[in-house]
Amino acid sequence: MPKQQANWSPYDNNGGSCVAVAGADYCVIAADTRMSTGYNILTRDYSKICKLADKCVMASSGFQADVKALQKHLAARHLIYQHQHNKQMSCPAMAQLLSNTLYYKRFFPYYSFNVLGGLDNEGKGCVFTYDAVGSYEKVGYSSQGSGSTLIMPFLDNQLKSPSPLLLPVQDAVTPLAEAEAVDLVKTVFASASERDIYTGDKLEIVVINADGIGREYMDLRKD
Amino acid sequence: MFRNQYDTDVTTWSPAGRLFQVEYAMEAVKQGSAAIGLRSKTHIVLGCVNKANSELSSHQKKIFKVDDHIGVAIAGLTADGRVLSRYMRNECINYGFTYESPLPVGRLVVQLADKAQVCTQRSWKRPYGVGLLVAGLDESGAHLYYNCPSGNYFEYQAFAIGSRSQAAKTYLERRFENFADSSRDDLVKDALMAIRETLQGETLKSSICTVAVVGVGEPFHILDQETVQQIIDAFEIVGEQEGPAAEPDAAAGQGAAAADQGGSTDEGVAPMDI
Repeated sequence: MPKQQANWSPYDNNGGSCVAVAGADYCVIAADTRMSTGYNILTRDYSKICKLADKCVMASSGFQADVKALQKHLAARHLIYQHQHNKQMSCPAMAQLLSNTLYYKRFFPYYSFNVLGGLDNEGKGCVFTYDAVGSYEKVGYSSQGSGSTLIMPFLDNQLKSPSPLLLPVQDAVTPLAEAEAVDLVKTVFASASERDIYTGDKLEIVVINADGIGREYMDLRKD
Repeated sequence: MFRNQYDTDVTTWSPAGRLFQVEYAMEAVKQGSAAIGLRSKTHIVLGCVNKANSELSSHQKKIFKVDDHIGVAIAGLTADGRVLSRYMRNECINYGFTYESPLPVGRLVVQLADKAQVCTQRSWKRPYGVGLLVAGLDESGAHLYYNCPSGNYFEYQAFAIGSRSQAAKTYLERRFENFADSSRDDLVKDALMAIRETLQGETLKSSICTVAVVGVGEPFHILDQETVQQIIDAFEIVGEQEGPAAEPDAAAGQGAAAADQGGSTDEGVAPMDI
């Protein structure tokens, strides 16, 4: 009998794309609602977006079972924080916590590609983008997931924020108005749905600003 | 109680079948400043007297939120109380993580009691020196429990622990039959009156007491000082005038329940023994 390789994987990819865009006083986080496995669709109505704190929302694509476990873990840690500090976690604090949580499983990672969006302590929009093991960076905009290769170049074209390595240090924040950012996100997903088979069905858009958290939906191609 | 040859170890029985170290631990609870709890069918109110070491220092935190549906007031060694609160919070978080539903209070107090019992049967440990009034809401309704250092726990309609708690208990004993159907606001008022009983003449102000509420549709939270002071002002005209104070109180528009309370106040409660 020839040598056999393992043919069971603990991971699966449920597809989908996530995007986040930071503004001067708002943040837009969006993700499609299609959940797939292989070439099949599991459901057209699954939210990849999770509210972690009052001013902090996470969108994750990848293996949704790992994503769910990660969200629950962060929610529990946030409760402990609230008991100890008597206040909600800020977005930058949650960003660090997410990074540490991901790296904790460096040798059996969460198959989860995350973007974190929210308002920092001064009320300015902030977006953090991650890889599966917790490497993260604060940016003005980002996308993750199956459609990110299609979406990211387009966002670069529209929003290119200056490199944080340049001196003098320049703001990572986009000079777009909130409505323009939402429109941009809708356009971006409509385009991604055309060519990425794993992106489509419905788009969920969450906007965080001084008034709180707002949510809206938009239909996408269902094929 | 006085020193004897059987009280050195928690693992030594006395000939009369007592564990003196455990009983001494319960003494520690009696030395702490007062904490009271009372419940109706839908709400539980916890209150405590704030004791500060000196005028310069802040007061001890004696009421802790454990979860949205559970809170605890402590009396005795507050450090032990803090540690047990942390344990309770962790238990609630872990249960919620596994079952996606709130930990039933009855389960939590049993776990707490078992934890306390361990310390009464290990030679290298000492009993927790803190009494806990656990207030919680679950599917079977509103509950108030008292957890002892001994590892025992009891459910109560209303209870008071700590120094001068007997005065509060007497007040509560006279009125507890009305509590089940009390409104939330009346329950808070009763809690403040019970706290006042333990103060023995000292004026009741919001700066020397803390009140917390949990109930149906109301997650556990500590009332802020202003709200508490307003409630105190509403019912307290002069500290000792219990009789006439009850009348204007009923007239202040607190409804039928207050009228009932007003009636029983007149006949039931004797002026404070000072």
